Amino acid sequence: MQDLASVGIVTSQKVKFDNPLHLKSGAILDSYELVYETYGELNEDKSNAVLVCHALSSNHHVAGYYADDTKNIGWWDNMIGPGKAIDTGKFFVVAVNNLGGCHGSTGPTSINTETGKPYGADFPMVTVQDWTVTQVELADYLGIKQFAAIAGGSLGGMQALQWTLDFPDRVRHALVIAAAAKLTAQNIAFNDVARQAIITDPDFYGGDYHSHNTVPMRGLRLARMLGHITYLSDHSMAEKFGRELRNGPLGFGFDVEFEIESYLRYQGDKFADQFDANTYLLMTKALDYFDPAHDFNGNLREAFSAAKSDFLVLSFTTDWRFSPERSHAIVKALLDNELNVSYAEITSSYGHDSFLMGDRYYHELVKAYMNNIIV
Amino acid sequence: MATTTSIISSNIARPDFAAIANLVKTGSKVLDLGCGDGSLLRYLRDTKDIHGYGVEINDENVQACFKNGINVIQNDLESGLSSFGSGSFDYVILSQTLQAMRHTEDLIKEMMRVSKEGIVSFPNFGYWKNRLQILSGYMPVSEFLPYQWFDTPNIHLCTLGDFERFCLQHGANILERRIMNGNHQVSFAPNLFGALAFYRFEQQK
Repeated sequence: MQDLASVGIVTSQKVKFDNPLHLKSGAILDSYELVYETYGELNEDKSNAVLVCHALSSNHHVAGYYADDTKNIGWWDNMIGPGKAIDTGKFFVVAVNNLGGCHGSTGPTSINTETGKPYGADFPMVTVQDWTVTQVELADYLGIKQFAAIAGGSLGGMQALQWTLDFPDRVRHALVIAAAAKLTAQNIAFNDVARQAIITDPDFYGGDYHSHNTVPMRGLRLARMLGHITYLSDHSMAEKFGRELRNGPLGFGFDVEFEIESYLRYQGDKFADQFDANTYLLMTKALDYFDPAHDFNGNLREAFSAAKSDFLVLSFTTDWRFSPERSHAIVKALLDNELNVSYAEITSSYGHDSFLMGDRYYHELVKAYMNNIIV
Repeated sequence: MATTTSIISSNIARPDFAAIANLVKTGSKVLDLGCGDGSLLRYLRDTKDIHGYGVEINDENVQACFKNGINVIQNDLESGLSSFGSGSFDYVILSQTLQAMRHTEDLIKEMMRVSKEGIVSFPNFGYWKNRLQILSGYMPVSEFLPYQWFDTPNIHLCTLGDFERFCLQHGANILERRIMNGNHQVSFAPNLFGALAFYRFEQQK
């Protein structure tokens, strides 16, 4: 699938919304900006729009590359483009950086007009529900009354689910990939260890690290290393790294020796260089709070009684962060509501990260599903 | 689209689809277990306006279902039907899959749990051509039993008599029976002259 064409050079756009946003937490943002990208052309009756929602640490740069940074390829470029599974020849794809993010949309690194300083730790908590509300604003701005489909993996899949509950008339199809209807205690536990790594970093300063001209690199790095372990599978790690040593023989010290250590530290460093710690805290909390069944005494079937969309639910066999059982629960709730749903369990060795990979069966399924969507 | 045409024309050529469609009420809710490429569900949707779901384990078949625009749940029938609520379907269909199931008893019980009525079709092992091949000293190979003894997925073959006895013993009340040979319904000595059997049944009340 790699030989297919790219959407090519893309540019990010920004839009400011001046109507106050009442967040789930009770906080109010008087105005906010969203940064987004679009690929393909919106058709005349605006029936071919697809919203792509991003996961924990990604952003609105989903496909193509930038003219001044050709190596910066969108994170779902293998999925989205001309002739690809989500075909930009047919669909108008919209991707947005979530509120609270650190890639251009209003978030903790943005300047708070009241103080003239970055929000930092003062940026209010955002939830998946808040995100869908802001995404609706963006849809209105773009003149999209109803999305042909909303797609996302992991936390992105949760946003697709939320859309079908809160705005059932504005989404015809939801592609919910490697997601869950709520986190397990183990999931929350991982998130909290990641948060504690950041919060207990002496450079965190209660989230006010910008005023101290520093960033909690060590905490962010640890958070990412931990997260990364949970995104891979035991099998894929064993296959990729095994017990290989960087330079044998054993050094009897705590420097990098095993290849996996080197890999994780590299990933941690890379991430800590470009991601904002406060955003990471917010995003993990949004994950923890996501639980559409909560207002229905934990009954997911009742929660989905509002939904009208058709659904594609996909899971991956080695994903232990959001295991296939988590998707089964979603499918059951959809079936109980007699909604149209297709579900596939994709054999993959890459764990949770499988949803980003170019597995043939996976992409063929998405392609077949998208092909049947009438625009 | 060329593929659509070929699927529809192959449906017309399949008398077993028509036989099942005859057992199904228009506008009903149907679950097809081991739905293959989804062409039966598609046929029932087009001819009987049903709301359908399929269950299928094989990747290639699941992909074909997607192309056919059929709701399909990729799952192993052997692990039960726990995704489906009790009494949530009008019909649950097991089309030429019964003979390949390992946990036959559990599956029939599950079928009666999730659906008001069950429809089962299977190749009649008592069909005279099968008997003749056995008499001549070999395992039957035919249109409906296309496998050799060493590569067949069919581990639980039965005759009409076997299935009816099974239903009696497992609390399944047979509502309708259609025994077919090609396009023709067989009424005389069906256990001998019937190649394919179709049963509609419900949980004994």
